[in-house]
Amino acid sequence: MTVRTLLQSVTDAMKTEMENDERVVVLGEDVGRDGGVFRATEGLLDRFGVERVMDTPLNESGIIGVATGMALYGLRPIAEIQFMDFIYPAFDQIVSELSKIRYRSGGTYTAPVVVRTPFGGGIKGGLYHSQSSEAYFAHTAGLKVVAPSTPYDAKGLLISSIRDEDPVIFLEPKRLYRTVREEVPDGAYTVPIGKAKIAREGKDVSLISYGAMVRTCLEAAEAAAKNGISVEVIDLRTLSPLDIETIISSVQKTGRAVIANEAPKFGSFAAEVAALIAEKAIDSLGAPVLRVSGLDTPVTYIWESAYIPDVQRVLSYINRSVSY
Amino acid sequence: MPDCQVKRCLAFKLLTVGVVDLNETMEMKKETGMLQILDIDGNYRKELEPDISEELLLRMYRAMATVRKFEEISMGLQRQGRIGFYIGAAGQEACSVGSTAALHRDDWIFPAYREPGALLIRGETVLQLFHQLFGDSMDYNRGRQMPNHFNSREKNVVTPSSPIATQIPHAVGMAIAAKHMKKKQIALTFFGDGATSENDFHSGMNFAGVFRAPVIFLCQNNGYAISLPTVRQTASETLAQKADAYGMPSERVDGNDVLAVYSATMRAAERARKGQGPTLIEALTYRIGPHSSSDDPTKYRKNEEVDEWRKKDPIKRMSAYLKRKRLIDDESDRKLIEDIENEIRSSAKKAESTPKPAIESVFENVYLELTWNLREELDEAVQRYGPGYTGK
Ligand SMILES: Cc1ncc(C[n+]2csc(CCOP(=O)(O)OP(=O)(O)O)c2C)c(N)n1
Repeated sequence: MTVRTLLQSVTDAMKTEMENDERVVVLGEDVGRDGGVFRATEGLLDRFGVERVMDTPLNESGIIGVATGMALYGLRPIAEIQFMDFIYPAFDQIVSELSKIRYRSGGTYTAPVVVRTPFGGGIKGGLYHSQSSEAYFAHTAGLKVVAPSTPYDAKGLLISSIRDEDPVIFLEPKRLYRTVREEVPDGAYTVPIGKAKIAREGKDVSLISYGAMVRTCLEAAEAAAKNGISVEVIDLRTLSPLDIETIISSVQKTGRAVIANEAPKFGSFAAEVAALIAEKAIDSLGAPVLRVSGLDTPVTYIWESAYIPDVQRVLSYINRSVSY
Repeated sequence: MPDCQVKRCLAFKLLTVGVVDLNETMEMKKETGMLQILDIDGNYRKELEPDISEELLLRMYRAMATVRKFEEISMGLQRQGRIGFYIGAAGQEACSVGSTAALHRDDWIFPAYREPGALLIRGETVLQLFHQLFGDSMDYNRGRQMPNHFNSREKNVVTPSSPIATQIPHAVGMAIAAKHMKKKQIALTFFGDGATSENDFHSGMNFAGVFRAPVIFLCQNNGYAISLPTVRQTASETLAQKADAYGMPSERVDGNDVLAVYSATMRAAERARKGQGPTLIEALTYRIGPHSSSDDPTKYRKNEEVDEWRKKDPIKRMSAYLKRKRLIDDESDRKLIEDIENEIRSSAKKAESTPKPAIESVFENVYLELTWNLREELDEAVQRYGPGYTGK
């Protein structure tokens, strides 16, 4: 066991799997000499050499397209997209190619690539260093979408993603990179993809979240407890495939659901969760399903604090739900 | 090696001022530095003639003739509504067959949609191609793709998609991976002139240059991307010269000359295997048929132009060459074509009577394992159609 930040856990997961499996390679912009702009790949170049840690040209569709070709050959590439805001040049390669190779070839070809990318706000990144565009990818058949919120889960889920036979979009909550730390086992272990976690048990309302918003939700739950409201916080950990059972059994218990994320509300992943609850647990509901989300605007630089739901905003939605 | 062959075009001449009038300038200067070994009458330049075994020459000829006949018959099936669509390769057969024949059997091919010839020369059966066209239960793709998305894991021909040029970076990635694994395999990717305008062409070329990937870019410049002539894709004098910008050599070859395509590919493959990196080959060719079964080419090109190109037919040229070498004669040629036609007709029948994939298959291969939401949709479909339903 070593105390690690979420960022160090990500690095450790890659290092662990690269040691275990020579097919695992890392590629992306500045991932080698620089160790990545967030330092997620620090030390990997020295340890594994230029063939397994590839500093690539500045070209996201090339990074994903080349990673796909490497995976078709039998490697296990981990492609880093420097910020999720810059994933769009690779959108076609992800959505038309990576996600569909298994299906369109009748399972005769597969491309198990992990696309790692930091997502979300909280670092004063403005429009182009703050986005949470997970909905596009969760919407795409053939992709798995993973978003951890703790160092332990980050390492275990990244190892699972690298070992997974399907392509995984691995979303790293960048504002938690260095702000959360905990004891993390050394060596390999896995956290299963597709399993949510009850981050805090409660009985009055289910607060469902993922990524950096889980921290905010836990704080809001703590604050609500002082007012006598018992909040159950669910950390989804994986968006696709979604752990529907954990969500539904929690909502059946509490009779109330609030979904918290920082992507724009309209057409968001939170909307999918809300729809599923409506379809599968309407009889248990004592209040409308609510979403506390980012604004339906681009992320703004100076008013980032108004964009990302904070404890106070989450609390107000909890109160709306329980007082309905 | 004549210096026209590995051509590094340094001339960036400004061809025109303003935008090229599509009706005026039909095509790029086709003849610039183009390698031709076999002329349109079957005469060949002995000093450049590649060393190809008689057995392989005959297989190449058969593959090319099969592509042509296969298209003729499949277009008929399409018109009768028996298959949904067809996108042909008539006139371009020398490109896919000549290049693939020059590779090793375990080199990787990343095709677009005009390369059934690449599969045939690797021994794919016509029946298997028909399974793809009909999308039946024997189709490798399990009926999921439109016609002409041919591939085979066993033949190292990778699954193509419809978006133009997306396969180009895949070929580069595969080549880098092979190099990384210290294997001698190389990759070859096919694409058209229109594809050179897509981002992925530039991504792939750039990565290949930077990492000296053992990959061959084979551009079939057939003069058009659907209705648009090559001058609407680029102001460059040639497509081959684009290689310059990415630090790799290129060759322009007569794409209707199977010997030129073969020998250029052979040189590029040797360079790749020696660790000298990628090559761009621009093969000048022409699509004799429509873009696809949904296209009316009279809207954008003149019949006289097509007639001109019919004279340069790659199959006729190869036939003349083989006759000159006394590998075939009129009689055996006629028999071969008859043979091919019989095989195609009986294969079409077989594929057409092969059952469709069962309804359950729709939900498979999205992921390795069925997810709960796919399971729900599967159950709903099975409830409606019944288990194992394969159509009426
Ligand atoms: C990304 C994308 N845009 C548009 C199309 C529609 N489309 C299909 S084929 C084609 C022309 C391709 O031209 P070229 O690359 O020259 O190949 P050719 O068809 O001539 O062999 C177009 C525009 C497509 N398939 N993919």
